[in-house]
Amino acid sequence: MATAASKTTVPLAGDDAVPEAVVVRFAGDSGDGMQLTGGQFTLSTALAGNDLATFPDFPAEIRAPQGTLFGVSAFQINFGSSDITTAGDAPDILIAMNPAALKTNVGDLKPGGLIIADTGEFSDRNLVKAKYEKNPLEDGSLARWQLLAFDISALTLESVKPFGLGNKEALRCKNMWTLGLALWLFDRSREPIVDWLKAKFAKAPEIADANIAALNAGHAYGETAELAVPVKQLHVAPASVLEGLYRTVTGAEAISLGLVAGAQLADLPMFFGGYPITPASAILHHLSRLKEYGVTTFQAEDEIAAIASAIGASYAGSLGVTSSSGPGIALKGEAMGLAIMTELPLVIVNSQRGGPSTGLPTKTEQSDLYQAVYGRNGDAPMPVIAARSPADAFDCAIEACRIAVQYMTPVMLLTDGYIANAAEPWRVPDMASYDPFAVQFLDHVPEGGLKPYARDEKLARPWIKPGTPDLMHRIGGIEKEVNTGHINYSPANHQAMTELRRDKVLGIAKGLRQDVSMGNETGKLAVVGWGSTFGPIHQAVRRARRKGHDVSHIHIRHIWPLPENLGELLAGYDQILVPEMNTGQFKTVLRDQYLVDAKPLNKISGQPFRIAEIEAAIEGMLA
Amino acid sequence: MNDMTTLTKPRVETVLKDWETDQEVRWCPGCGDYAILKAVQRTLPQIGADPKNAVFVSGIGCSSRFPYYVESYGFHTIHGRAPAVATGVKLANPELDVWIVTGDGDGLSIGGNHTMHILRRNLDCQILLFNNEIYGLTKGQYSPTSREGTRTPSSPGGSVDHPAKPCAFALGSGARFIARAYDVSRQLPAVLAAAYNHKGAAFVEIFQNCIVYNKDVFADFTEKKNADEGQLWLEQGKPMLFSKGTKGIALDREALTLKVVEVVDGDWQSAGVIVHDVTNRSVAHMLVEMPFGLFPMALGVIYDAPAPSFEQAVVEQNAKLAAGKTADLQKLVSQGQTWTVSAGPATDAARRNTAVRDIPAWIAWARLIRPS
Repeated sequence: MATAASKTTVPLAGDDAVPEAVVVRFAGDSGDGMQLTGGQFTLSTALAGNDLATFPDFPAEIRAPQGTLFGVSAFQINFGSSDITTAGDAPDILIAMNPAALKTNVGDLKPGGLIIADTGEFSDRNLVKAKYEKNPLEDGSLARWQLLAFDISALTLESVKPFGLGNKEALRCKNMWTLGLALWLFDRSREPIVDWLKAKFAKAPEIADANIAALNAGHAYGETAELAVPVKQLHVAPASVLEGLYRTVTGAEAISLGLVAGAQLADLPMFFGGYPITPASAILHHLSRLKEYGVTTFQAEDEIAAIASAIGASYAGSLGVTSSSGPGIALKGEAMGLAIMTELPLVIVNSQRGGPSTGLPTKTEQSDLYQAVYGRNGDAPMPVIAARSPADAFDCAIEACRIAVQYMTPVMLLTDGYIANAAEPWRVPDMASYDPFAVQFLDHVPEGGLKPYARDEKLARPWIKPGTPDLMHRIGGIEKEVNTGHINYSPANHQAMTELRRDKVLGIAKGLRQDVSMGNETGKLAVVGWGSTFGPIHQAVRRARRKGHDVSHIHIRHIWPLPENLGELLAGYDQILVPEMNTGQFKTVLRDQYLVDAKPLNKISGQPFRIAEIEAAIEGMLA
Repeated sequence: MNDMTTLTKPRVETVLKDWETDQEVRWCPGCGDYAILKAVQRTLPQIGADPKNAVFVSGIGCSSRFPYYVESYGFHTIHGRAPAVATGVKLANPELDVWIVTGDGDGLSIGGNHTMHILRRNLDCQILLFNNEIYGLTKGQYSPTSREGTRTPSSPGGSVDHPAKPCAFALGSGARFIARAYDVSRQLPAVLAAAYNHKGAAFVEIFQNCIVYNKDVFADFTEKKNADEGQLWLEQGKPMLFSKGTKGIALDREALTLKVVEVVDGDWQSAGVIVHDVTNRSVAHMLVEMPFGLFPMALGVIYDAPAPSFEQAVVEQNAKLAAGKTADLQKLVSQGQTWTVSAGPATDAARRNTAVRDIPAWIAWARLIRPS
């Protein structure tokens, strides 16, 4: 572990005597390339066999004014030898590329933690921009932590001198210099990063060479320099994980792959209609590179056209998919109603972000649950499922596709900014282990004549592609007559159709069993979560159970309809705690569905829960 | 016309009856929509359209009820969004004949954005915009094409909005085919056939008489007594003559505008009357901007200059990007930098007994596999 020469020890994350995990945060100006540095550090960490979780935290502005507090971009990684499910509460090590990055992040650093700072950026001007009256590196205000401050800027300039770059370009290699130092600190291989730089700058080899030189220089500095605080290399043991082939995956990647897999399992071409929006755009980017899987991507003129085109494609026999974030989902609402009324399959991915309105575009929140479950005009039931982690998003995407085609319904897949951007190691699934659900289109006039709104055992109507002889028919948003699908406004028919649509969606719950993620099927307290709170809830429950508390963790994937045994399961606990990154939306659904006294624990700061916050709530309820 | 318009769509033999559904038509008696429906049902057999491949997509409004009455595939969508739904239909199956039926409110107000984008992308489809200059289904409010001063329930003092000009909007959006007709005009089927035979987005403005809320608003040129003076039927390669050949449209070279000229004894050449060239975009702009009253209403195919269509470009690019690649799901999920975890001393006990700094055994445990 990183230690000072004398007695100071960096306290590491995890609660065992032998440290299992380290949390490192890279923070700098949004132009400093912190996300890139973090991403590459993540890769090298994964390759070293550690389990890990990351949390990228960047400003909404692409290039916020340099040096300002609101322009700080940070990337946190928690890695280690134990089961890592969160990006970590408090960092052990903070790498601060400028005063603003120090100011906005140092408060989170553990007492005794290590600060690595670039003195080259602590100019009077930058100190003023960060609203420091005195230089914190010199005034003793950082005494609670260990400080390693030296002129990374100058060292970077020195190391890239031979490549003749301009001052500005040369300074852009700072992040690679810092990464080099971090790689040395954790004894990581530089090779994959060198390969990556060569590939990325294949067209500008001098830039690649300069970055590699900076990377090597940072690494060499750690090895040879006499650091102000003598820092030793830190070895974190690889995680104990299942055997198999692993890769890192972000939520956006996992969803894209899952959608492609889902369409293939359904034996359908996929049509993806999207409109750029943070943090959902990454799915559009990924899918536009997968044409060989029968994927057509369409960047529409707006959110409404994105979903409307996907509905049109589903009507014509593709698996229509659209994705967005809260504000865009709001715009798609009317079209979701059309997909519900015309009973066409559709997958809608909602990468939630802080709201309402534009809200916090780059921060995470779970506040679109009401919107997903209830947010449409009319009685408009729609299945909703939620991914709990980047890796889980793969299976959730497949599940969304399955429900959509088997029940002829739009399905919303909830994820969030945290899952979309965060990376975690993923055990590559064996695709042969997934059961296909190939779609059968109606291709002939059935006995008794064509009835476009006839029902199968799942209450799904037949899927009929235009172009099929003898099955011409009309569909639309006006109320349909039972069986025939003709326009019908009669009271009895509307009652019957509304109930059919409701029952069809409720029927999805048949056979869905909710399990307990950790703990027992009865007890004093169940912590019930959904979505990306999985990690902190899991760790908090684990810690509480180690202390002897009777607490269990239940994590819900199927938000609507809820699994058929959930009511019975919840009845087995004395108390229920629902931590959510909103003001208590799922808590309300649970109370409504089961008349249980679910207690909320809410965080609406745009940041994920800390383990300690949930742990404190658990102990509070069991006290 | 270049050879891109000579399409080889397979002809299917049908008769008008084949295109009628069993649904009761629910427009007001005397509505212009009836005439348009008949014209379409008459055109479809003429052009050899295939009922199983025809898809009528509409938005919301009186006109958008249209698909229910045509025996083909039909999708009555939501207000303004027919072009977006149609884009998905056509991209999913480029073999389908896509017809969009919309109105002045649906296509130019709530759905104006989609109309613009489908035209600039040039999706292969026919867009029939029924223009009655009023919101009929919502009981008579002024629409984006209503003339200034139109008195309606929502504009009791007369509307003060400047109206949109559908064909000028379409041309400005990049349309490659513009035509105009009116509900009861006998030339409507020919105009529809030309739209069908144009590969790309074909925009047809059809003046439609709303007999309840905006009766006879086009009578100045549609009434028989006004037809000669009020209608300029354009034909490829023919001089732009009207008023029984006694008047024509010529270019005012000083003002760079069009002007009406007298034609004496049929000598249109010496009067400087322009010969209609459907590929001339500049003249098309001038024709759709002619102020009615000073000029007749330009009708027929105003502009027809095909360009590569959107769905064709998408299909070609998809094929190009997919070329040489195989769809292998297992390979796909295994992409990127991967590593293999194999059996090792990975028990908790073993780990706890090992000093964290003793790395070599652990590194060996997690063997790296580099992607090729």
